[in-house]
Amino acid sequence: MVDVRMRVNGSIEKLDLEPRVSLLDALREHLGLTGTKKGCDQGACGACTVLVDGERISSCLALAVQYADRDITTIEGVEDPIQQSFVRHDGFQCGYCTSGQICSAIGMLAEHAAGAPSAVTGHLAAEQIDLTPEEIRERMSGNLCRCGAYNGIVAAIQESSR
Amino acid sequence: MKDFAYVSAQDVATAVRAIAEPGAKFLGGGTNLVDLMRQNIERPDTVIDITRLPLDRVEELPDGGVRIGALVRNSHLAAHRVIRTRYPMLAQAILTGASGQLRNMATVGGNVLQRTRCPYFADLAARCNKREPGAGCDAIGGFNRNAAIFGASDSCVATHPSDMCVALAALDATIELESVRGVRRLPLVGFHMLPGDSPQHETAIAADELITAIELPELPVAARSRYRKVRDRASYAFALVSVAAALEVRDGVITEARLALGGVAARPWRAHAAERALMGGPATEERFRLAADAELEGAVAQSQNAFKIELAGRAITATLRQLQVEGSAA
Amino acid sequence: MTYVGQPVDRLDGTAKVTGEARYSAEYPYPNMAYAALVHSTIARGRITRIDSATARKTPGVLAVITHENAPPMKPAPKMTPMDLSTLATGTTVNYLNTDEVHWNGQPIAVVVAETLEAAREAAHLVEVEYAEFPAVLDFAAEEGNATPQKNSLISEGGAKKGDPDAALAAAPFSLDLRYTTPGHNHNAIEPHSTTAFWDKDRLILHEGSQNIAWTQGHLAVRFDVPKENIRVISPFVGGAFGGKTMVWPGTVLTVLAAKVTGRPVRLMLTREGVNRTVGGRTPSIQRVAIGAEAGGSMTALIHTSITQNGKVGGGPEQVTSQTRHLYDAANLQVQQNLVELDTIANTVMRAPGESIGSFALEATVDELAYKLGMDPIELRARNEPARNPIDGKAFAHRMLLECYEVGAKEFGWGERSPEPGSMRDGKWLIGMGVASAYHPAWQFQANVTVRLSADGTVLVRCGFHEMGMGAATAQAQIAADALGVPLGAITVEYGDTALPTGPGAGGSGQTASIAASLITACEKLRRSVFSVARKTPGSPLRGRRFADVRAKDGGLYDGSRGESYQEILRRADRASIEAQVGSDTRLGEITGQVRFMSKFLMDRRRWVKAACGAQFCEVRVDSDTGEIRISRWLGVFDVGKVINAKTAASQLRGGIVMGIGMALAEETLVDPRNGRIMNAGLAEYHVPVHADIPSIDIRYLDDPDPTMPLGLLGIGEVGIVGVAGAIANAVYHATGKRVRDLPITLDKLL
Ligand SMILES: Cc1cc2nc3c(=O)[nH]c(=O)nc-3n(C[C@H](O)[C@H](O)[C@H](O)COP(=O)(O)OP(=O)(O)OC[C@H]3O[C@@H](n4cnc5c(N)ncnc54)[C@H](O)[C@@H]3O)c2cc1C
Ligand code: SF4
Ligand code: FES
Ligand code: FES
Repeated sequence: MVDVRMRVNGSIEKLDLEPRVSLLDALREHLGLTGTKKGCDQGACGACTVLVDGERISSCLALAVQYADRDITTIEGVEDPIQQSFVRHDGFQCGYCTSGQICSAIGMLAEHAAGAPSAVTGHLAAEQIDLTPEEIRERMSGNLCRCGAYNGIVAAIQESSR
Repeated sequence: MKDFAYVSAQDVATAVRAIAEPGAKFLGGGTNLVDLMRQNIERPDTVIDITRLPLDRVEELPDGGVRIGALVRNSHLAAHRVIRTRYPMLAQAILTGASGQLRNMATVGGNVLQRTRCPYFADLAARCNKREPGAGCDAIGGFNRNAAIFGASDSCVATHPSDMCVALAALDATIELESVRGVRRLPLVGFHMLPGDSPQHETAIAADELITAIELPELPVAARSRYRKVRDRASYAFALVSVAAALEVRDGVITEARLALGGVAARPWRAHAAERALMGGPATEERFRLAADAELEGAVAQSQNAFKIELAGRAITATLRQLQVEGSAA
Repeated sequence: MTYVGQPVDRLDGTAKVTGEARYSAEYPYPNMAYAALVHSTIARGRITRIDSATARKTPGVLAVITHENAPPMKPAPKMTPMDLSTLATGTTVNYLNTDEVHWNGQPIAVVVAETLEAAREAAHLVEVEYAEFPAVLDFAAEEGNATPQKNSLISEGGAKKGDPDAALAAAPFSLDLRYTTPGHNHNAIEPHSTTAFWDKDRLILHEGSQNIAWTQGHLAVRFDVPKENIRVISPFVGGAFGGKTMVWPGTVLTVLAAKVTGRPVRLMLTREGVNRTVGGRTPSIQRVAIGAEAGGSMTALIHTSITQNGKVGGGPEQVTSQTRHLYDAANLQVQQNLVELDTIANTVMRAPGESIGSFALEATVDELAYKLGMDPIELRARNEPARNPIDGKAFAHRMLLECYEVGAKEFGWGERSPEPGSMRDGKWLIGMGVASAYHPAWQFQANVTVRLSADGTVLVRCGFHEMGMGAATAQAQIAADALGVPLGAITVEYGDTALPTGPGAGGSGQTASIAASLITACEKLRRSVFSVARKTPGSPLRGRRFADVRAKDGGLYDGSRGESYQEILRRADRASIEAQVGSDTRLGEITGQVRFMSKFLMDRRRWVKAACGAQFCEVRVDSDTGEIRISRWLGVFDVGKVINAKTAASQLRGGIVMGIGMALAEETLVDPRNGRIMNAGLAEYHVPVHADIPSIDIRYLDDPDPTMPLGLLGIGEVGIVGVAGAIANAVYHATGKRVRDLPITLDKLL
């Protein structure tokens, strides 16, 4: 067992964990923060996306111990107009991928604002990259939605990027 | 997943001392290791977290090269201005890999050492020589649509899945390794090994070595480069075939060419034959195709992946054409 | 009507965007234990040795349950039409009550431990040896052993009109083509999850389910307790698409594990576990043959199919269903055939049958259009039937050609130059394709109560299912209009067997089924409230006739005379008034079942009811690599009356997205050497990602079907139908290549 301290949604949490516990399971099973979802436990769906010091990661492939002393934000700690944009644009159906989509979108918008390019960026050296629907789709492709709510998600993100 | 001891190394000396113990493994971003541990393909006794090592910087070197710390995150490397402008194929290669989330976690060292995505390797119920030398290979005669077309053997037909490494191969990158015995440098081309009759030996790294850095040489042609990845869906999928290409053309004549392929072998495949065929020739579609053919002459298909040979030829030609017509990705 | 038809936001939207919505692995219980499954690695045989000693010694392990120590369970019930919950059997295997293995991946042990990590590690440490038996595993190789599907009450295997063979032979233009489609897995993003707790002989089960009543009925049989002892709670389901209709081994074994350990037990299947223990869509081999006159009239239409059943269960798929209804062929034959394999039982998946059957049919029709030199929409128009082609029954509603008309205009179909390969944009070959969508309309039994409280709020209760369709929102809209109250006054309770029994979420029939009962219940409620008001001294409604009274503005009014519900209940000193449709007593159940069956059979004798639509797509094919991108999509649908324009569009889009996956990438890879699924993960089984999906335009004609409640036809499945056909047709238009084997991966275009 390892003592792990981390800041989750603004409050300091102290946990006594086996090193093999993933950040995702630490959140869900130890802290009761079940808003972050498990869809594959293999990095392949994005449902488990959380923000660590503002960056989006897949918490299922993260060992919790590795994130000691970091600042974690889960959907329970998100307060962002994008959430209501998701509702307005019907950016979900079953809702199971939604926490991940929202956390991912917030992280993605920050990456874009910092000038990071994507695989569909025409000129990698460009100082400013337009956040076109094509850019949003590529940058959000790590978040699967089996319900197929992609159109609504892109619309919600576009609205909140304006 | 087996329970294990966790060590967080704060400096390189501690890390390399710790790895000398049997059953120890380094943990980078964990995107490959944790996945494989959960599937019981890897079962280390000790996990040495190296993400707090001070190897997370990208530095321009006095000789014009670039030194990339082994713990630099994939996303940070791709977004780095020096990489985007001077080595765009590398930025593009990284950006086509995995997802935004995973690239934020994955480290350069871990990316180099990620293991094959052969489905039989990942299933303990299957026979796999790479996992269990001598067991047999279920991919031969099984699902091998995404297997190698170069350098496969009777014991293993798997590919190395990294996109980043394909660009690194084209760029003649060097890998720096450190252990208690000292520091050594190896060219990335040749670092990953072909299976032969021992597919369990995947790279030239020794069990007690740490990747500390990757170095890129000063390489002006790299500024005019692209990476093209062909896959089964538009994003978030491994390559069927990928191409990293750089081209220098003067007065219609190719004066320098760099070409490497991904998804085709157990190593990022530096296409030397194609490069030779390009050099000194006209920058024409016909020449591009000839160069592709020169490389693919030695390609051998498995039962389901003959299409990859044709696809690779087309992808090489298309990427060179795009470079010639549209210019660099930068 | 003020709410029905409006694009109202989902009522559970906020819960879903804040992480508050709880799915079935997310209910906390003190003393929770975790389960993990051990799967067989052979397809057929017997377990000769199972050694769990090491597993048991793993710290934290509470129990390792195998066939050697599992308490007995009753076998799965035999199917009977008088108790539809008998249809819920996933497979007929009595898990852990037998040493037999029937498919590769069958659970053969369950480990229960204090932590998830310990359970999974111990599961890995269970050692098993088998005696293997010969097994039938290669679907393609079994083609010669297929046998015709017999007709049953719910599924007809074949039908024939005229002499199609002779007509085909005599036709001046004819095609006789073969198609294949692979197996698919639902792969809802929420893996099947169960939290089970036995309180003595009463079971509480949190289970993501499309049919809680079936789940309850099935488990009651397996664990030999009265149905009433089992409560299934399922308010949020993280996607299902058919995969959470039957009861699969994970559920049964979690309940068993909870019984053995006396602890609340949680099991979330691994993604691999989902693929190994939940059936998927059957693969198919299909033949479509069409004979036609030069003018386009079809003289012969033959559609046959072969699909697979597991030897341990699964049902036939109505692959040829749409072929009975779409074209007015003078001679017509459909026949479905089956083979049985030693694999997991197949199961229903979004538009079982039509989704893959329409691919073969619609691709052949397109090919015929080219052969005749005719526009494919025109060809369809020339073969549009006035009555149901196979048997001459009347259509309750049919506006397929109108869908094409609207679609062709909106999509710019006229700008298409029909020659394959003739449209290009740089390196991209552009293709446009169309196909018809068709899905039968179903209606099941639904028990509903509606309660009006003195504060003017309304509680609708019905044990239906919400997997993302927006079902509760639609019903709230219907109730709000029926009672003349604001939407905010309505609360809908669902997803719980403690509620009046609702319909299953399947066959796109849930909304219509509930709506029928809800409308009746609201009508009853208005009557009760009115009669209370009429009798209450001082009420402005005294002496009025019910026929003149309208429910509006939160009350009952005859013109301007009347008063609010709050006033009525206050004046009468009533806390609440409730109305009910259907009953959950034994007698009520039987009566309901009989009424349902007789209405179902009578309806079917009179009408053919269905939703339909026209799918328009544009693809771009990379001329170098054969990569296919969908660049535009328009679906125009005749789904009767649309209740919620927002969620309906989402559902139809969702079907199209899944259809795009089916057309371009999805394929369950079963190794024919050992029956093992080799892509049991989301990195390997490719569902569409954001970058695969363009903006999808959805239109509906919004014309009510006179035979359905509120005129609505189901929308959950029709959206996927025709998608693969439209894409295959567009790919042909772009490249000149006909791909008749799904998925259309780039290697097939090189
Ligand atoms: C769903 C999914 C999709 C993916 N798609 C792609 C793709 O399209 N293209 C692609 O290229 N990749 C893809 N990846 C793989 C991903 O890029 C790698 O997992 C990642 O780069 C590994 O980096 P890491 O730091 O997380 O490595 P880890 O998982 O931490 O480590 C991997 C291995 O390297 C060793 N190691 C790590 N760092 C060092 C070091 N400095 N010195 C010595 N040994 C070290 C570890 O011991 C371990 O054996 C995908 C992964 C997933 C899960
Ligand atoms: S191809 Fe290589 S990795 Fe795959 S099963 Fe064969 S030996 Fe194992
Ligand atoms: S649960 Fe982490 S990516 Fe799927
Ligand atoms: S809303 Fe269901 S998976 Fe996205």
